[in-house]
Amino acid sequence: MEQVVIQIDGNEVRTARGNTVLEAARDNGIRIPTLCHLDGLPDIGACRLCMVEIDGRFGTACTTRVRDGMKVRINTDELHEMRRTVLELLFAERNHVCSFCVSNGHCELQDLACELGMDSVRVPYRYPTLSLDATHPRFIIDHNRCVMCARCVRVCAEVEGAHTWGIAFRGTQVRVITDLGVDWGNAETCTSCGKCVQVCPTGAIVLKGQATAEMEKHPELVAELEERRRAG
Amino acid sequence: MRTRLDVLICAGAACLSAHSAAVRDALAREIEAHGLSDEVRIVETGCMGPCELGPVMLVYPDGAFYIHVTPEDAAEIVEEHFLKGRPVERLLWTTPEARRIAEQRKQVPFFAKQRKVVLKNCGLIDPENIEEYIATDGYAALGKVLTEMTPTAVAETIAASGLRGRGGAGFPTGKKWGFVAGAPGPEKYVVCNADEGDPGAFMDRALLEGDPHAVLEGMAIAAYAVGANHGYIYVRAEYPLAINRVEAALAAAHRMGLLGNNIMETGFSFDIEVRMGAGAFVCGEETALIASLEGHRGQPRPRPPYPAVEGLFGKPTLINNVETFGNVRHIILNGADWFRSIGTESSPGTKVFALSGKVVNTGLVEVPMGTTLRELIFEIGGGIPDGKEFKAVQTGGPSGGCIPAEYLDTPIDYESLQELGSIMGSGGMIVMDADNCMVNLARFFLEFTANESCGKCIPCRVGLPAMLEILQRITRGDGRADDIDKLERLGKTIKTASLCGLGQTAPNPVLSTLRYFRDEYEEHLVGRCRAKECTALIRYWIDPEACRGCDQCRRACPVGAIAGTPGNPPYAIDAEACVRCGTCREVCPFGAVEILDRR
Repeated sequence: MEQVVIQIDGNEVRTARGNTVLEAARDNGIRIPTLCHLDGLPDIGACRLCMVEIDGRFGTACTTRVRDGMKVRINTDELHEMRRTVLELLFAERNHVCSFCVSNGHCELQDLACELGMDSVRVPYRYPTLSLDATHPRFIIDHNRCVMCARCVRVCAEVEGAHTWGIAFRGTQVRVITDLGVDWGNAETCTSCGKCVQVCPTGAIVLKGQATAEMEKHPELVAELEERRRAG
Repeated sequence: MRTRLDVLICAGAACLSAHSAAVRDALAREIEAHGLSDEVRIVETGCMGPCELGPVMLVYPDGAFYIHVTPEDAAEIVEEHFLKGRPVERLLWTTPEARRIAEQRKQVPFFAKQRKVVLKNCGLIDPENIEEYIATDGYAALGKVLTEMTPTAVAETIAASGLRGRGGAGFPTGKKWGFVAGAPGPEKYVVCNADEGDPGAFMDRALLEGDPHAVLEGMAIAAYAVGANHGYIYVRAEYPLAINRVEAALAAAHRMGLLGNNIMETGFSFDIEVRMGAGAFVCGEETALIASLEGHRGQPRPRPPYPAVEGLFGKPTLINNVETFGNVRHIILNGADWFRSIGTESSPGTKVFALSGKVVNTGLVEVPMGTTLRELIFEIGGGIPDGKEFKAVQTGGPSGGCIPAEYLDTPIDYESLQELGSIMGSGGMIVMDADNCMVNLARFFLEFTANESCGKCIPCRVGLPAMLEILQRITRGDGRADDIDKLERLGKTIKTASLCGLGQTAPNPVLSTLRYFRDEYEEHLVGRCRAKECTALIRYWIDPEACRGCDQCRRACPVGAIAGTPGNPPYAIDAEACVRCGTCREVCPFGAVEILDRR
């Protein structure tokens, strides 16, 4: 495959033409924090954590394709501060209490907080009153722990093809919904495949019957599935 | 039909809501009753501009401009003016510069300082009559490009004119046309963005209502230049009059073979459909607008790919604002050099502004780029009412910034406004005087943008409410020492990290007021609102020296917080019970009620 040479933080790296900046970095062992991105799902550039400086302008690494001679900066004070603030905003938005969460210890949001050294939150907590839907026989959606990454929406539409998950309302009222807003247990399109559970980065969509810290997920399954489908 | 007098009566949305239709009916009745039906013709036009003075009416050929006309005035106007030739002076718009009738439109500064290009036909022709449009060289530009110019030459002419997107960002229009023209693929689209959502902005509505064919013609010329055969006008459903007039214009243009298949028998075909937006502010952002047109949730997506490459239904799409399309026919007919002769080097042409707030002549104005804020506000706008002092002007709607008095002589163009921490935006211009609290103003605009955030990206979805909460506590008097720093830090992050233009500009009202009015924020932290607008920081007090014991305040108070005996002053306000609504101050005939700092 044709190669493109770009600069990341001053170092020249090679990657295949058509790759995103995120893929280019990863191919060369360079880490860029991500949350809404998941291999095997189309990117939407929503979480803004993979924000990098591309030729002097800010852009998301997951949605920007490489060009010859592109200069990318990942590690600057400004970008660190930006990523940390974005993460703080996420923690302040809903009710993320790790200590009694089923995903404690296996949570991508928690991992990011450790990685980015988020030792405090400097924005006002919102403490919203949010619901939990346990009407599905096997799964639970707890909106308190949802980060609106829309992985569930994408996996359901693009991989499973069921289109059960959607997004309703706007601003801080925004929610993931099943079948135009009915309880999950009554969502007729749901095939109960459980892919949304596996791709959800936090303890928002989980299996029933899990106790604190017991919920381990396997989001990498989606990429594997895609790989096998492509191979036929 | 030739008539002796043409009576142009404004049928823009503002004059209609001031009952211009009733005035029209009354005039028609009187004209009929006086047997003048063959001599006097009534024409309903689009917006004439001075909305504050509506219903307004212009009589040709003498040029008498009537304001605040009521149906009761109809008999006098017809009898005195139309029959006897003596204009009704008490209804004419007179100013020190133009005390008497004769060509007021040339002498009243509101008109004299304007340069109408885009709005040339607004207030002059009947927007529902295609023949009147054609009589003003309508569709001549389309005929010219279809018969005399290549598509490339059209895009080059627009590029040479230096026209920039009037939706706010100011991207060079010709360049955009060139991108779409150069994009591969047989199927392309032209989209008109008429999702005008800024509070206080009504430029696009006025143009669609007052001269819809100009927009259609601009779109058709663009379609020819980029190679599209299908177009959409995305207009907000809150503009029913604009939608009606556009639909009527589309039907008329189709009937005359000016749109549709084989236009003017040149082989070129172009069709336009109207799509109504459900009112989400974010749908004015081009990628969200396209998603909405496709039937998806109106959410933006990261660019690139730009719509010029991958737009509506994945096809190359040209998307321009209403006013941008409105400029096109004039550039084609008069040439790029003519257009460049108006305005400034970097921002040629004119710009339409919706002037509102604390200014005498609120309404719709069009000026050459490079006109100073002072000329716009004080000469055309007539200055601040009641002799009060100018404090700031907010440009660019809820995403714009506030510009203080020391920059009043700044020429208006894209770059200069940006340097001042504001934006051109679509053309909203809100003037503020000393009674406006800048902290409260920032809070107001942030409340709007926080509500309108689509919720897709985190900085905008969570960051704006976080800033709003801080602003709310500052205006409540509960601000904390580090709140100003927090606002600045958050604002900066939201601007750089947000996905689309909504989040990238939403902190502007806060950041620009922090830049120019930081002392007001600091005063709020110690419990003082100098504009006396933040109710948590003020109290009402009756001056015992001035009070005459008339009892009006006590009767008007909605919560019974005022005590006193009629004829036995002074009265007093119970500060605990008072809700600080200000009614007592409004009703007091002696100016005895004062507003003090709460502390």
